[in-house]
Order: sequence, then C-alpha cells, then structure tokens
Amino acid sequence: MDFSFPPEVEEFRAEVREFLAEHLTDEMIDATHDGTIHAPALHAAMAERGWLAGPVPEELGGGGRGALASVVLNEELQLARAPIDAMAVSIVVASILLEHGSEHLKTTVVPRLLDGTALGCFGYTEPESGSDVAAARTRAVRDGDEWVINGAKMWTTLAHIADYVILLTRTDPDVAKHEGLTFFLVPLDTPGIEIRPVPTMAVERSNATFYDDVRITDEWRVGEVDGGWTVMKTALKYERGIAGGQFPSPPVIDAAVDWARTHQRADGSRPIDDPTVREKLMRALIDVEVCRGFAYHTAALAEDGVMFGVEGSMTKLFASERYKQHCRWFQDLMGVEGLLTHHNPDAHLGGRIEEHLRHSPVTTIYGGTSEISRNLIAEGHLGLPRAR
Amino acid sequence: MRTRLTDDEEAVRDVFAGFFGNESAIEVVRGAEPGGHDHDLWTKLVATGAPGMAVPAGAGGGGATLRDLAVVVDVWGSHLAPVPLVEHAVAARLLHTLDAPANLLDPVIAGDRIATVALRDPVDGSARLVPAGAVAEVVLARVGDDIVARESAPPGTGPRNTGDLPLADRDLRGAEVIGPARKWTRALDEWRALMAVAHVGLARAALRLGVDYVSTRIQFDVPIGTFQAVKHGLADASTRLEGAHLLAHRAVWALDTGRPDATRLAGMALLFSAETARFVTDRSLQYHGGYGFAEEYDIQLYHRRASSWLLQLGEPGLEYARLADAEFGPTDGRRIA
Repeated sequence: MDFSFPPEVEEFRAEVREFLAEHLTDEMIDATHDGTIHAPALHAAMAERGWLAGPVPEELGGGGRGALASVVLNEELQLARAPIDAMAVSIVVASILLEHGSEHLKTTVVPRLLDGTALGCFGYTEPESGSDVAAARTRAVRDGDEWVINGAKMWTTLAHIADYVILLTRTDPDVAKHEGLTFFLVPLDTPGIEIRPVPTMAVERSNATFYDDVRITDEWRVGEVDGGWTVMKTALKYERGIAGGQFPSPPVIDAAVDWARTHQRADGSRPIDDPTVREKLMRALIDVEVCRGFAYHTAALAEDGVMFGVEGSMTKLFASERYKQHCRWFQDLMGVEGLLTHHNPDAHLGGRIEEHLRHSPVTTIYGGTSEISRNLIAEGHLGLPRAR
Repeated sequence: MRTRLTDDEEAVRDVFAGFFGNESAIEVVRGAEPGGHDHDLWTKLVATGAPGMAVPAGAGGGGATLRDLAVVVDVWGSHLAPVPLVEHAVAARLLHTLDAPANLLDPVIAGDRIATVALRDPVDGSARLVPAGAVAEVVLARVGDDIVARESAPPGTGPRNTGDLPLADRDLRGAEVIGPARKWTRALDEWRALMAVAHVGLARAALRLGVDYVSTRIQFDVPIGTFQAVKHGLADASTRLEGAHLLAHRAVWALDTGRPDATRLAGMALLFSAETARFVTDRSLQYHGGYGFAEEYDIQLYHRRASSWLLQLGEPGLEYARLADAEFGPTDGRRIA
C-alpha cells in the first residue's frame, strides 16, 4: 500500500493553501451568520481558477482534475472553514446534469454552474418524505410540450440565492414508487414558485419551496421519463463523493486546543495540562486521522476508476457521528463560557464551538441519515437480510 | 496513492491465508490454551521464512518490507495464531539494526531461537509479564541508556491470563549491552503499528463470525440479522473496522517510508485498532446471545484476545498521555501561558 500523493497533487495542495491565505477572510466566515453558507467573492475566485469544474470528469466536459486533487481541495477548504455549501451543491448539480441532462442543459446551464455565475440547489425531500425519498408526491404532468408541476419540497437549502433547483417529481402514480419518478431542472424564477424560509436551531437558514402550476418545457427534463430513480442514485453518489463532509471536526479541535492552552481555571491551572482533557483531544485527533484515511481511500478508488459505494456511506457516518461527539466534548470543556454565541464580542473565537455544537445535529441527518447509512452498510456490504 | 493491497501484497496474503488456514485452524488455537504457544506451528512458520522475512536478505532474512510483514500479521491476527510472530519479527529487525553479533542475530533471523521485546522497561533487572516471555530464549529490553539482550532458557509456562497469552516474568540481570536506547523507540513503534494491523485482522474475523451467526440464527421466525438493532451495531463495527484498517496500514507505510509523522500514526493506529477490536468483539459476542458466552463458541476466543493484546504495552491512558506530550508538549503544572 502507498498513501503518498503524487508530486503534482502536493503542489496543488500548496497552491490551494496560498489561495486560501489570500482570498478567504474572517469577514467571509462571519458573514455566514446571516444564515447563508456561501461566500460569493471566494466562489468567483475559485471559479476563475477553474476549480469548480475541476472535479468533473474531463470526458463529461469538466476540468478532469482527478479525485486525489479534488479530495485535497476539499480537505484544505474544510480545514480553513471556507463557507462552501453553495459551491459543493452546485458542483453536484452540474455533475448530475452532465451525466443525465439534455444537450440544452449541458450547453446552457452547466457552463454557468461551473464558471460561478449560477448556483443550484437540491429539491428531493418533501414534508412527507425524507429518508424514504422515493415516496415523493410532487406531481409533474405532461401538457403538450410542457410539464406542469405542483407540490412542495422541504430543505431546499440555498434556494433563496440559487438559480436552479434539481427537482424530484412523480410522473406516474400508478406504478411502484421507484418506477414513476422523473427529475427536472427548474429555474427558480419560473412563475408559480414560492420560497419560504425555514429557520433552524443553528445559524443556517433553510427553505421550503412550493410549486403551483409551474410550467416548463421538456428540455428541462433530466434523464428519462419515469427514470428518476437512476438519476437519484447518481445524485447520491456525487453528494457523498464530492460534497465533502469528511473533515468537519478540525476547526472545533483547533478551537478547543486554543481554549485549553489559554484559559485559566479558578485554581490557576490550564485545561491543556489536565490528563482527561488531553485524552479527549487525542481521541478527537485520532478520529480526524481515521477520516483522512477514509477520504484518501475513496479518492484513490475513484482515481483507479473503481466507483465507491459503501465507502462513501462509511465516511459520512463516521465523520458526522464523531463530529457530534467532539462538539459535545469541547463545549463541555469550556463550561458556561461554551454557551456564549457569536453575538457576544467576548465569546471565545467568536463562539466557534458553540456554533458547531448547534450545527452538528443536522450532519447525521442530511445527505442520508446515520440510520440509512447503517442499513446500506449492513445490507450492501455485510450482506445481511433486508427487512423492507 | 494505493489504498488497496498491491498485487504482490495480495500474493503474500494469499500464501499466508492458506498457511494459517491449514495450520492454525481454530482447534489449534484452542489446543494451545492456556499457554498460548504451539511449538509445532512455530516450526512450520519458520519453514515459511516469516519470522525473519522483514530482515534484509544480505543478513539472512527475507528482504521483505515492513508492509509485506504487515500483510502476514493481518492474517496472523485474524487466525489468533498461537506463535509470537510480531514480538519476534520486531526483535529480529532491532537486532539487525543494532548489528548484533552473529551468534545472537543469526539464529533469531532463522527463527531457530525465539526472541521478544520487553515492552515495559525492567525494574531492578526484572521484566514483569513480558509478551512471549514464556517461550522466548532471547529477551531484548531497554535499561537506562542502553538496549540489552538476555539469552536464557524460557520458563515454558507463565501465569494464567485473560487472553491465554504466553506472558512471563524474565530475569534480565547479567544481560549484555547491544546498543543505544535511542534505537528502542523505533522498535516500539514497529510493535505498535504491527499490532494495530493484528487487531484489524482479529476484528475482521470476529465481525465475520458475528455476521454469519446473525444470518442463520432464527428468532421470532426470522434471521436475527433482519433486525435493525442488530444490523446497525454490525454496520458501526464494519465502519470502524474499515477506518482502523486504513489507519493501521497507513502507519506501517509511514514507518516503512520514513515519514515524519510515523511515530504519531503508529501510536494512534494502535489505540484506534485496539478499541475497534474490542467494539467489534463486543457486538459480535452480544449478538450470539448466551452462546457467545459459552466456551464452545469461537467468538469468546476473539473477545478475550481483543481485551488483552494492548495491555501488554501497559495502561492505554499512558499511551494517550504519550501522544499528547508529543502533540501539545509536556504538562506544565499550574503555570499559565
């Protein structure tokens, strides 16, 4: 086995670090406190370098940067706390379109997603269907050359700044639920769409979107009519492969180490000299190395042309579950000071650990809950019998 | 970047999967209890060249890399093979590094004499509960600024213990100085990384036992592996196992290629892999129900060794403390930065 990166990827890592030192500012990170995890200037600067197109395979019209360089970019962005949610989602949407979209979508929409002038968002989940995503009820009915869409989507995060939503709809209600689904890419300025904010317990804002006789032409269809489940599998593959999430913990651990070194307890001691604190910090750092192994492994498989499946679920399951634990440990480490939010000028490092603690619950839910991941691993990898 | 075995490594694995499959079936493991050593198996293992495989060919070894050895150790761990492969291989490599005299070095590389390392430093010339101490004729230890070797007849048996390991106290008085203590860290790191891999092998086999059992055990008219409560525990076990596998082999690679973070990764890999082996054996035993507790079922063999291997090094808490000292600097009393 060999866990070394080729020299050109190491050089790319250095380039990314240099780029982030120049372009990523504290103001950009603070600006996410308005609830939108996106930094337009950073996004544009990355697009200018071709980094949005980078992870997309060359044969699909992307930058063909390769999986190893992509994982390095993702790692550095996450370690630096770059607000990249809109970027990650837009790249996934572009990748789906390149694999299943019409010529119209590939030539008019994809270039805009990859040059940073347009953003996409996901429209899979509904008020009555989350993990059971194939139970979607949003209807699309053909009317001549057009489709008429009616329904509602939940957790269309970023819809309020996005240009397009990639929408899972039901086109045939009379067949098995996986067989009557069709995907569309819908411009969010199409008449009949309403976007309502969904506030969360964390700083981020999500949305509910409503579709009332929304009419679009057939060229906005993605994949075959009633072939939506095939597209859904592609979407989940890219979401677990490209969208990151392997390194949520390092910013929390960095903040905890800083606190442990600088805080003086009432008895004059520093937390960093406390063996129980040191063991927790080491355990968290070990977990990060495990995540690094997972991230590099999935990238190496992709680079070798082996499409990973269960590895993506394992990575997501482990990284998010451990992240929740780390947030808990390190908010506890700070005692009552750990409760102060970013609104307080004297909150440690702008209330970073507190903010992560409130963000952490969603990470074991979105992109496939931990329970769904465990089902996939148990049935797909261990071969245990299906119950459903 | 190659996070799967290379073709050559796969060939090594297949050879030793065959060897341990034939020669160290679970009956052999049981037959070696409580002493934890099967001398016939050792003799057969010597014939494969495994004990000295990771010593350069010019010195009479097999000229294999630490990574190749790790592939063998992975299989060894999965069979709980009752022979002290890891301690011996680490001792052989250390003796070679120290350019030990031929009368000491050669029989160890050949496997004619079993060697081991006293992982915890001796006190007043006595090493307590040395791994493989019951069967090793050569014991290496760190004493002050020196590494010493003591050749003496092993006791053959030691005190009964949880994992049925061949632990024994060894008298190191009169041991010969063979090198400087600064070379000791590397040997301990190799033991850590190789035992991390061994734990992964153990955990993989224990997970297989659990999966096989829940796939065939019928309760409430269905295989119990149908139940999500069972599935999810095994999925967590499988996830941690995959993570441990990648970290353990990365640590071996880091040592093998002289990476600056090799010591850090070796220590991390051992702790994570040992915890993983304990988690996996706990889940697999639990899902066996009462049978898991019965001597007749094999999962208890794995559970007891998963409980034991790490403790040969000492308290896990001290391993975390050692890693923390390297990461954050030593503790500093009450002084505020």
